[in-house]
Amino acid sequence: MNIKRLIAFVVCLLGASPVFAQQGIDERIDVAIRPYADGVAGFIFSSFPIAGVPIPFVLVWLLLAATIFTFYFKFINLRAFRHGFQLVRGDYSDPLAAGEVTHFQALATALSGTVGLGNIAGVAVAVSLGGPGATFWMIIAGLLGMSSKFVECTLGVKYRNEYTDGTVSGGPMYYLSKGLAERSEKLRTLGKVLAVMFAVFCVGGSFGGGNMFQANQSFKQLVAVTGGDASWLADKGWLFGLVIAILVGLVIIGGIKGIARVTSKIVPFMAILYVGAGLVIIGLNVSAVPEAFRAIIDGAFSPEGISGGVIGVLFQGFKRAAFSNEAGIGSAAIAHSAVRTNRPVTEGFVSLYEPFIDTVIVCTITALVIVITGTWNPNVNPSDGVALTSQAFESAIPWFPYVLTVAVVLFAFSTMISWSYYGLKSWTYLFGESRFMDVLYKLLFLGFVIAGSSMQLGSVIDFSDAMIFAMAFPNVLGIYFLLPVVKRELDEYWADYKAGTLQKFGAAARRA
Amino acid sequence: MSQTYLVGIDCSDCGHRAVDYAAEEAAAHDATVIVAHIVEWSPYSFNTNQENAERHQRREAELDRAHKEIVDPVVGKLQEKGIDAKGVVRHGHIAKTLKALAEELGATSIVVGRHGDSGLVSQLFGSVPGTLVQISDRPVTVVP
Repeated sequence: MNIKRLIAFVVCLLGASPVFAQQGIDERIDVAIRPYADGVAGFIFSSFPIAGVPIPFVLVWLLLAATIFTFYFKFINLRAFRHGFQLVRGDYSDPLAAGEVTHFQALATALSGTVGLGNIAGVAVAVSLGGPGATFWMIIAGLLGMSSKFVECTLGVKYRNEYTDGTVSGGPMYYLSKGLAERSEKLRTLGKVLAVMFAVFCVGGSFGGGNMFQANQSFKQLVAVTGGDASWLADKGWLFGLVIAILVGLVIIGGIKGIARVTSKIVPFMAILYVGAGLVIIGLNVSAVPEAFRAIIDGAFSPEGISGGVIGVLFQGFKRAAFSNEAGIGSAAIAHSAVRTNRPVTEGFVSLYEPFIDTVIVCTITALVIVITGTWNPNVNPSDGVALTSQAFESAIPWFPYVLTVAVVLFAFSTMISWSYYGLKSWTYLFGESRFMDVLYKLLFLGFVIAGSSMQLGSVIDFSDAMIFAMAFPNVLGIYFLLPVVKRELDEYWADYKAGTLQKFGAAARRA
Repeated sequence: MSQTYLVGIDCSDCGHRAVDYAAEEAAAHDATVIVAHIVEWSPYSFNTNQENAERHQRREAELDRAHKEIVDPVVGKLQEKGIDAKGVVRHGHIAKTLKALAEELGATSIVVGRHGDSGLVSQLFGSVPGTLVQISDRPVTVVP
């Protein structure tokens, strides 16, 4: 039934494509969507000037939240770091619960949604526009973002829905509505409104950053390695989009688990390969490392030739970090809430590793490679994010762009699968669970894959950023009301942990 | 001290030969037989969001199926023969989980069947009996 629907959809698209192709389907799609993209982006990124530089309110909002959470929970991002590792390693996992979703699995699944093009393309854009100093602020944003993740993932588990059939579903829409209602009767309506706002933006984000941005950037990289403007693919963004849409469709509508399973196995391998190649390049240029670090520190506090000075650099670093690790955005809470635990705060500790791995490790390696190889160039066109990173790797390992292309397409694909889930959960929260609504959302999602690979990067990036960052408004606002809940969970657990009353299992128990 | 045999079965014929062997021994020594089936599972696998959301449901189904189709019929047959038998199903790495179960349930020895795997597969990944013999801290009987 579902497969038939998908095939019908694809046949319609194929039937229409020659007509569009003659008139330049890419341009038409771009022209049609651009005004909306620009309008949405303009609204979300309403900015006010700090030291003469226009700073979008949403970035201040995210950064302020991350800083407040860090202080409110007394640097939980640092003090729970070791314990988080013990949890991931399974020291506290009861063997009787074997077969359930482990901390490691929840973290890995959440990471496959975040480690992606933000780490490759986004960082290149940040270093281009903000100079090497942007790296420093990116790392700071990553470290602070760990506290935001801690809060949202703890809440995600605490207020998830566990259905009678044994499936679970969680995320900001549930903790905003259930959590605020639990706090006080007066907050019930606010919670409901915030939950609906979040769900609407999350659906938008799943079409934007979780979809169009990914399709767009992976297509760009594919064109670049197959000959640039001379490539046969150069003006066939819609064709690439169609192929990706069919593959995504097979997974999310057709229920072909094999594709998702293969992808979820290859993606971690590609991530390790990417990090490994980055480390090799850094190792080969080890003499340039001190110089690179000096450029990063100098650039962070006294940049030269960057528009907006320190504030401008800081803005670039924070923006790309937030886009990459999604701390405070709320998306990860959906992924983490599937873990099996009766202490929600444990998943909060584990989630600390998400911004850490994503931003503090992977993004920093990309940035270091770009700075060390000197590929960084303030005059480079910011729309060539992936291309810049590709050049940086190519200058040291000539064949690497091909590997990077495979990595980029796979990252994009796995991010799309993750976001289609986040979007679907929000969509069904809004419209209820039904086969029709389910398939309708998925068809829309596939349509945006094609749109994304056809549009110019500027409007795609703006729209993507806008929708994803918009999720932070309802999410963070609601979290402020729920901080005492997290605090209570944390204090109770931390007391048990310090008192040594938590039960350890396996090798960890024998060591103790 | 009474003997307890932990028999690992994977529903193949080899597993049943192991059961037969344990049954004979148990009848001779008035011992207890614990029939165990381990569902191959790793805590470090990479899953999609959808798989994670449905994991608890799937696990229940896997346990239920393993009990009904694999373990319970064998336990039933043993009990008919008048042997004190019970069944257990767990998730995990097969050899490691059998070892842990033996410790947990106080089994005096572990009995497993030899797998019909081709040489290459066991060369690459090791076999359950092979690994068990290496890691177990109590006698292991491998029934050919």
